[in-house]
Amino acid sequence: MSSPAPIRWDRQIQRRLARGEESALGELYDQFAPLVHGLATRVLGDQAAAEEITQDVFAHVWEHPESFDPEQGSMRSWIGTLTHRRAVERLRREASAGTGADAAGYDGAPLEPPSVEEEVLAAATAARVQYVVSSLPQALRETLLLTYFGGRTYRQAAKELGIAPDTAKHRMRLGLQLLATALSTEPVR
Amino acid sequence: MSAGTEVGLGPDLHEKLRALLGAWALDACTADEAAPLETHLATCPACREEGRQLRDAAGWLSSDEPLDPEPSLRRQVLDGCLDRREPAFRVPAYAEPFVAETARLDALLRDLGELDWMEPATLRWHAGSEQRRPADVLCHLAAVDGVLARALGLPDPTEGTDLAERDARLCATQAGRAPGSVRAFWRAQTRTMVETAALAAPGLAERFVDYGAFRLPLADSFLDRAFECWIHAEDIAEAVGYPYNPPRGAHIRSLIGLAVRLLPYAFAGEPGADRVIQLIVEGRGEGTWLIPVDSPGTVPPPDTEPTATVAIDGVEFCHLCAGRRDPHRIPAGITGDRELARAALAAAPLLSRP
Repeated sequence: MSSPAPIRWDRQIQRRLARGEESALGELYDQFAPLVHGLATRVLGDQAAAEEITQDVFAHVWEHPESFDPEQGSMRSWIGTLTHRRAVERLRREASAGTGADAAGYDGAPLEPPSVEEEVLAAATAARVQYVVSSLPQALRETLLLTYFGGRTYRQAAKELGIAPDTAKHRMRLGLQLLATALSTEPVR
Repeated sequence: MSAGTEVGLGPDLHEKLRALLGAWALDACTADEAAPLETHLATCPACREEGRQLRDAAGWLSSDEPLDPEPSLRRQVLDGCLDRREPAFRVPAYAEPFVAETARLDALLRDLGELDWMEPATLRWHAGSEQRRPADVLCHLAAVDGVLARALGLPDPTEGTDLAERDARLCATQAGRAPGSVRAFWRAQTRTMVETAALAAPGLAERFVDYGAFRLPLADSFLDRAFECWIHAEDIAEAVGYPYNPPRGAHIRSLIGLAVRLLPYAFAGEPGADRVIQLIVEGRGEGTWLIPVDSPGTVPPPDTEPTATVAIDGVEFCHLCAGRRDPHRIPAGITGDRELARAALAAAPLLSRP
């Protein structure tokens, strides 16, 4: 078990989206808009850009609900991935165009404490992730946060952190492995 | 970590690609690097599984931001989606205020901390008030929503028609549950109601919903539920000290329309007198309505000469109908038969229920 998200809901909403139910789209938005908008804002540091990403992500899910594969992970994780990719692509595009190169995103602060999550289970998972992230060795944590929220490539991150690219790659993989392990164990009550 | 090499790919390349999985899961490699890795993932189950796990883990790095997106973004995003792909099943227009108001209340509830859930909210109606914690407010909403759910052919979370009894029973059954699960229960019912209405055959909107003491057409029943959801969301927001805005103008207009249709039932009119009050609403939800105060259930012809005209703020008028304002003090511009206009304003709070 890699993600304890409610799989049944994921499959139902996917079916309803495929059927073209506007009400399913509304539910999807209510469930995930804070995630999408929050992540895009965090990476891009720009409200207007974050709203465009939000539009784009939900339009993609609405037009291509069949491209979600429940075998590959939860709906939440899929939507998180769609959002993150778009936000990072945009950030890099802007950076290469020379605008807003390093203004956005990561500010070195610790992650926000988790807000009350949509699902009770998701809240428990998010809290666990926050806990694991905060207890990661500093070197792993800063590499993860700089790349995920700062939108850096591993080479850029390595340069900023003054480490070898291979070390950066290694830290990313190790950090995520530790998170994945924590996710696959039952929460402590 | 040596498993999963396959024919045609040297162990060195496999390990090289595998080392990239973490960066790939964080979208931290270039497209030139991602492409060969993704090709590899298609044929290497071990890397694919690790990639899936790491991506999933990365997905959890972002907890929801405590600040919700602007409520107006919702309609904008949904409209953008519907432009690109026509929905097969639209949410009926009469259910839209309900969808919007339940979503807004749910967003408020998402931000409530453990202590906020202990904070009693004050629920008022024209003849009294009551203190309830947010979870009990949700039970109150769900108990009345349940009557509409039943009319839609959905399971009733409680039984009977007397609203106060339904409310008390539901509160009792939910009493031991955590606020989070009461919230999930309330929300699930609202969503199923909307889904069912969207899938139902046309003509459903005219069916009547029986509340025991009164009956409403199904479409009006959805408006009634939206109205009460908004008002009680305000009660909760007030109790925990959060700001809470009124509904969008178009939705306020629908809610005023409902109040205008119901007001003649609450007003002690003179049958046959056929007096009509013109209501001019300013501000949010602006518009003009004719209220047939002596003939409940009728619609006066648009060119009817009104006996009196009342100009009032839309949100204030809604609060008046919800029993939140003193009808004798509410600011209103009146022309024509002042006595009739004042009597009608005085009857508006009678539309509120405990």
